[in-house]
Amino acid sequence: MKLAYWMYAGPAHIGTLRIASSFKNVHAIMHAPLGDDYFNVMRSMLERKRDFTPVTASVVDRHVLARGSQEKVINNINRKDKEEQPDLIILTPTCTSSILQEDLQNFVNRASFETKADVLLADVNHYRVNEMQAADRTLEQIVQFYINKAKKNGQLDTRKTDEPSVNIIGSFNLAFHNQHDIAELKRLLSELKIKVNLIIPEGTSVYNLKDLPKAWFNLVPYREIGVLTAEYLKKTFDMPFVDITPMGIVETARCIRKMQYILNQQNISVNFENYIDIQTRFISQSAWFSRSIDCQNLTGKRAVVFGDSTHAVAITKILTKEMGIHVIWAGTYCKYDKSWVEKELLGLCDEIIITDDHNLIGDLIAKVEPAVIFGTQMERHVGKRLNIPCGVISAPVHIQNFPLSYRPFLGYEGANQIADLIYNSFTLGMEDHLLEIFGGHDTKEAIGGSLSTEFDLKWTIEAQTELSKIPGFVRGKIQRNTEKFAQQKNIQLIDLETIYAAKEALNS
Amino acid sequence: MTITKSPSNQKPDVLEEINFECETGNYHTFCPISCVAWLYQKIEDSFFLVIGTKTCGYFLQNALGVMIFAEPRYAMAELEEGDISAQLSDYEELKRLCLQIKRDRNPSVIFWIGTCTTEIIKMDLEGIAPKLEAEISLPIIVARANGLDYAFTQGEDTVLAALAQRSNYKHKLDNNYNMDSKFPPLILFGSVPDPVVNQLKLELKKQGIEVSGWLPSKRYTELPLIKEGYFVCGVNPYLSRTATTLMRRKKCKLIGAPFPIGPDGTRAWLEKICYVFNIKPEGLEKRENEIWQKLDFYLKLIDGKSVFFMGDNLLEISLARFLIRAGMIVYEIGIPYMDKRYQGAELNLLEKTCKEKNIPVPIIVEKPDNYNQVDRIQDMKPHLVITGMAHANPLEARGINTKWSVEFTFAQIHGFTNAIEVLELVTRPLRRNQKLQEIGCQRYTDFS
Repeated sequence: MKLAYWMYAGPAHIGTLRIASSFKNVHAIMHAPLGDDYFNVMRSMLERKRDFTPVTASVVDRHVLARGSQEKVINNINRKDKEEQPDLIILTPTCTSSILQEDLQNFVNRASFETKADVLLADVNHYRVNEMQAADRTLEQIVQFYINKAKKNGQLDTRKTDEPSVNIIGSFNLAFHNQHDIAELKRLLSELKIKVNLIIPEGTSVYNLKDLPKAWFNLVPYREIGVLTAEYLKKTFDMPFVDITPMGIVETARCIRKMQYILNQQNISVNFENYIDIQTRFISQSAWFSRSIDCQNLTGKRAVVFGDSTHAVAITKILTKEMGIHVIWAGTYCKYDKSWVEKELLGLCDEIIITDDHNLIGDLIAKVEPAVIFGTQMERHVGKRLNIPCGVISAPVHIQNFPLSYRPFLGYEGANQIADLIYNSFTLGMEDHLLEIFGGHDTKEAIGGSLSTEFDLKWTIEAQTELSKIPGFVRGKIQRNTEKFAQQKNIQLIDLETIYAAKEALNS
Repeated sequence: MTITKSPSNQKPDVLEEINFECETGNYHTFCPISCVAWLYQKIEDSFFLVIGTKTCGYFLQNALGVMIFAEPRYAMAELEEGDISAQLSDYEELKRLCLQIKRDRNPSVIFWIGTCTTEIIKMDLEGIAPKLEAEISLPIIVARANGLDYAFTQGEDTVLAALAQRSNYKHKLDNNYNMDSKFPPLILFGSVPDPVVNQLKLELKKQGIEVSGWLPSKRYTELPLIKEGYFVCGVNPYLSRTATTLMRRKKCKLIGAPFPIGPDGTRAWLEKICYVFNIKPEGLEKRENEIWQKLDFYLKLIDGKSVFFMGDNLLEISLARFLIRAGMIVYEIGIPYMDKRYQGAELNLLEKTCKEKNIPVPIIVEKPDNYNQVDRIQDMKPHLVITGMAHANPLEARGINTKWSVEFTFAQIHGFTNAIEVLELVTRPLRRNQKLQEIGCQRYTDFS
């Protein structure tokens, strides 16, 4: 047993449901007790979906415990088949069905005699895998099933498209800024004159999966979900894949170069160097922004990074390589992917943290007191408590991390967005500087609780001039701090000396 | 509206008139472990340990949203593969966690919330608890609030039923009952926020009735003494197990009354308690009328409008009865579970209200089937559907006004004073959508 208040990754069935409900016209039936269909709420709330989530439960209740599911699961599958006429029904086991050990595969086999839809049992074990691993596996499983089916029916066409083309593997619901990312990838690919063959799974029909081998290669933008499918397609059809996440200027360039290499290997002579150069220097603002004078203030500032492997690694690379920020530690809760993360982060931060214990992460943040945190919603709340700003860069997230406006993290526009996020997370440079000089944001003890003119405090001309030089947004604060100091010292006339003495007193 | 006959005399007539149906039980509701969310706040010195899997934890973490960041006094005892296959000793594991909780939080009581998993692997929580309790000298109360047996608010019922059996445990003094009092002591049960506790107590005090105790109390250490012969009365419609426990185990007398939701319900509730204590209620009619007058703005908005309860929290009968009295037409009352005995007086009042308003008695659908319900909603086109979040946005996109049902569980809805809260919730979608009408058409989906 483990005492847990919070978890970074959800249970396995959530991963399966995310994949199933991303496909067009696929219905998932959970073998689960009442109340386990909370996925529907999340999809309807976070993504504000207009359509009913295609997930129902075959409810496990006392009767099922006593006598087994018997015909119940089969009847539910048949019923959904008639009601919704889906192309595929996925029977989804949960933690409950993992222990009941009913022969769900048998139910699937029997139900599929009568259904028009194909029926699959998701091959996930609650106690062995988490949400991301389950999603990765389910996607592979569905792809494999439809490739095999097409093979069997002689419908598999492995001829490549005339023009260079790619499959994007990794578009799904309830993922961090995913739909913006996919739009950005499509734009990037169209500028590179690479046709998009299929984007899976979001919005795709399972019947189109047989067209996957027509693409020249696959692009897997995220580390967590899609790699298994890409590896399967590589093994089966010798399709190369690119698994470099195009997040940040440097990594986007690396991803594009890998695509160039793959196309060149297939006897298409392309050179994307000019494109990368123009995008980096002129179209995207982030590379220039990092070089601009304002970003100097960020040099050597201390940050910590935590999230899923994709985002934690990519953000750490951006902070270190592109903005000159000192990452004290970076880490991920994807423990199963430890070796990959360690390899990627090597040399980019002082320490690598692999854990799914949010208490440990909280303690580590408190210990190193960074200037900024980049993490999940949990780290945002830790930051609130410790008064450290936090930029949210990874799931798990809240509804505010499903923005309506265009907010990709990938590609060149993504680099702009991330640069804004990073820059705005730090206390702004000039403000920071002045606050440091003149003693912070402390307004709790505002003198007399009211305006300063109520007191018999006078300012010399020089002191007033000095005060007026200070930018407006901190002037009031500095005035109050100085007057508070003057009051304490029984000073009636504030001169330059008093201002500096006040500053000194506050800093000590 | 004085109740002259006891509910049991009237019940047979009612059952013939209200049409009860039972569907497949394929409906969306919260898991009953969600009760920890309001109970840990109510019982200030408690700690709730939910013994379950990642699935339970994921639900709690997402359903409770921001609360999770406020160092809540609840946690998961997350079962791992070793626990399931009994490679680890339940006793030792629970002892380790409970000692840690005792050290870190120092609660007066730990509640163990049993889940589906502990049921299936038959973890003997009730057996382990007394032994561990003695060993770590901290009371442990076991409630099985699982999705195999219960829905949403019934979680509170399982906890309060367990608590009722403990009510004499380590009790300080029999100080909450004055032996000279004319009346036998009255204990109210049902978790409501403290302001509501005070409001309801005050209403009874106006009739000369002292409330001797409340289950649950603000602190575990202030749990009321409950003895044979005491009177008990529920304030929430989903507390049938608690009522049964109080009657059978504690030999208390249950006052079967409608629930104090809405001014009509509150009045009927007070009148029934007065009736049992042989007191002539005073000023209630005037009080009720005054409340109705204050609601006038809202009543005009909902007058003649229709409402459909999909059913997920067992408050449905009381809310429907109030809304009918307020002038609405109810098409269907979905409800997870219908205890016709515990809710008998409420059902009577529902029927009586329908007769007085001259509208047909709505159909009550137990264990509803959401898929069929959506079909019926599309046929009936009600003005308002009260439903869970899984269906709310899709229905709104189809031009149907919805109110999220869970809000009724978390809002203050009991007593005269809070009647306005209920109508505030019910009319919010109507008021909002009135304002938005100019934007464009109501349908935001191509599919029907």
